[in-house]
Amino acid sequence: MGALRAVPLPTTRRAARMERTHHMTDRFDILLIGLNHKTAPVEVRECLGFTANAMDDALERLHMLPSVQEALLLSTCNRVEVLVTTADHERAVKEIIDFLADSNHLAPANFTDALYIHRGDDAVRHVFRVAASLDSMVVGEPQILGQLKDAYRRATERKCSGVILNRMLHRTFFVAKRIRTETGIGDHAVSVSYAAIELGRKIFGSLEGKTVLLIGAGEMAELAVEHLIRHRAGTILVTNRTFERGVELAARFNGRALAFEEIGTGLREADIVISSTGSPDYVLRRDQVKAMRRGQRQRPLFFIDIAVPRDIDPEINRLENTYVYDIDDLKGVIEENLEDRQRAALQGERIVEEAVIRFRQWYQSLEVVPTIVALRHKLEEIVLQEGAKTMGGLGLKADARAQDAFDKMTHAVVNKILHAPTTLLKREVGHNQPALYLDAVRRLFGLDD
Amino acid sequence: MESATVASMVVFYGLSTAAYLGYLIRQRDALHRWGLGLLLLGFAAHTLLLAALMLRTGHMPVSTLRETLLFTGWTISGVFIAFQLRYRLRVLGVFAAPLAAAATLIAAHVPSGDQSAQPLLKSLWLGAHVLFIFMGEAALALACGLGILYLLQERAIKRKKPGFFFRRLPSLELLDSSGYAGVIAGFVMMTIGLITGVVYAKMVWGRFWAWDPKEVWSGITWLLYAALIHARLAMGWRGRKSALMAIVGFAVVMFTFLGVNFFLAGHHGVFTRF
Repeated sequence: MGALRAVPLPTTRRAARMERTHHMTDRFDILLIGLNHKTAPVEVRECLGFTANAMDDALERLHMLPSVQEALLLSTCNRVEVLVTTADHERAVKEIIDFLADSNHLAPANFTDALYIHRGDDAVRHVFRVAASLDSMVVGEPQILGQLKDAYRRATERKCSGVILNRMLHRTFFVAKRIRTETGIGDHAVSVSYAAIELGRKIFGSLEGKTVLLIGAGEMAELAVEHLIRHRAGTILVTNRTFERGVELAARFNGRALAFEEIGTGLREADIVISSTGSPDYVLRRDQVKAMRRGQRQRPLFFIDIAVPRDIDPEINRLENTYVYDIDDLKGVIEENLEDRQRAALQGERIVEEAVIRFRQWYQSLEVVPTIVALRHKLEEIVLQEGAKTMGGLGLKADARAQDAFDKMTHAVVNKILHAPTTLLKREVGHNQPALYLDAVRRLFGLDD
Repeated sequence: MESATVASMVVFYGLSTAAYLGYLIRQRDALHRWGLGLLLLGFAAHTLLLAALMLRTGHMPVSTLRETLLFTGWTISGVFIAFQLRYRLRVLGVFAAPLAAAATLIAAHVPSGDQSAQPLLKSLWLGAHVLFIFMGEAALALACGLGILYLLQERAIKRKKPGFFFRRLPSLELLDSSGYAGVIAGFVMMTIGLITGVVYAKMVWGRFWAWDPKEVWSGITWLLYAALIHARLAMGWRGRKSALMAIVGFAVVMFTFLGVNFFLAGHHGVFTRF
């Protein structure tokens, strides 16, 4: 029974993979260009970011660059990352640097030193690490994943992401989640809020009953306020350029809204000031604060400046009983207990490596030859199996000649079926969306199962 | 017997110092418990020794440099223990234990000198004067220590390089308020001590104030602390300025306490002769 042997395949999958490596690697490439808190000081970062309002437009312009196929743009106060797929790596690098420069009215020379450029596996690894918060200022802080999800949602809404980035980002979110649950990297509370609370305690002893003034809004600032409330902070004052938004936030924190012009009143009452506005200039200057503090009892006043560009004049730190921490300063505080997280981070890196390899396998499969080979293999297998089943069912036993004829027939059938798809794939590969067809074929025929 | 007790005190205070230093570096609760326990043992031995001395001589143990040093060490331990109970400022042991250890160690090496009773010292007024002045000075010494810790901690926070001290020292608020409490306690006791001293002077010398260098410097010290407290209450001075003043104030206290006796003449000189 089952005398039919599997027909020797033209090439094994392994051989096909090797062949393809030489064949198609330059067709499309994943490219990531960016800078973060490690490579660029806050002064550079505050010049290079994109505000929430400017994001849509910027993303669209990025996507329109001739060398760019798929695009995603991430801009937080700690990093600016441009993730694209491209067929022309070198040209894309140039165009993206120009894009960053133009968007921020800067000369490229002002920031190119701070840029890192990753391609292929390195780019994938970088995005995985960023999402898993392994690359964060505060390793393990949870906010970055949300920010990346927002960036991806924006890219999908604007149809800027395609097969590769879709797959890559879905893998990214999966990896990040896995690292969080398996290593407990996020357990150490972390984030800027945590650093702010630690510092607050070193200044005030207890945060209980302290008055907090929130200037502006923003996820991180709101999170910090929530942390402070959890540590039993007292009155919460909120001031915002849009008074309505201020009222809204104040209601959420059971606090009081102040008009933006009333900042002075707020300062007089506050113990802790958290600032996070989108203002391009300082919201509070040294002279202002000095004047406000004059003739006042010298309570300690703690400023937490989450905004990039900064809101609080760093010179204020030199006033008596006044402490100003911007986002980079907070980093210094957090590094203190970083050791605890180092082990979790190591474990996280291993998971990232694993995921990079898995993604590479998928990514490489998105090339024509291996896909056609896999397709052929799949079909041949089906025909052979069904043939064997039929023969067995009829109680027939094939002799060498019949076997030979059967093999030939199998080839012919498979060739006929595959003729049109193969031609189409080979033709499309030279065009815009090779990955789209390849991915569709792989999914239609379940080649990755 | 006496020298054996002093030796045991030196050992207790010395070990307590080591434990507190270990606590500062390692931050282990057990080390702090050891530090405090050893200090309490030293203090108990110290109290017994001074009580025995007083019973034997019949006056406050401040008639020689040796006795004065022993008494100083005792008040420092005592005031620290009181502070510890009130503020739980563990790290302050790093100042108190070595101060007590140093005072007893030096006392152990100073000749006992002439212990013949001075009639001058046998008065309740004088006893109150000496006791309050010493306790006040011990409290001011701790306030000075807290001032130093405040400056260290504030420096760490202002420079944004939280290192060794940032993690180990308590909050600025606690350092500031307990330092101020030390100043207030010290000031009140010093005031009582000065008043009783002035009354006693009237009783033995017939006048309240003799412009003796010790008196003058005591007055300066008192005014300095009065200014500190005034600045804080009336002008809201706190934090760094307050800490600096507590440190400067204590330097003046030290000069009044020792410097005047050694460098300037006056009727207090007899208490530090050796």
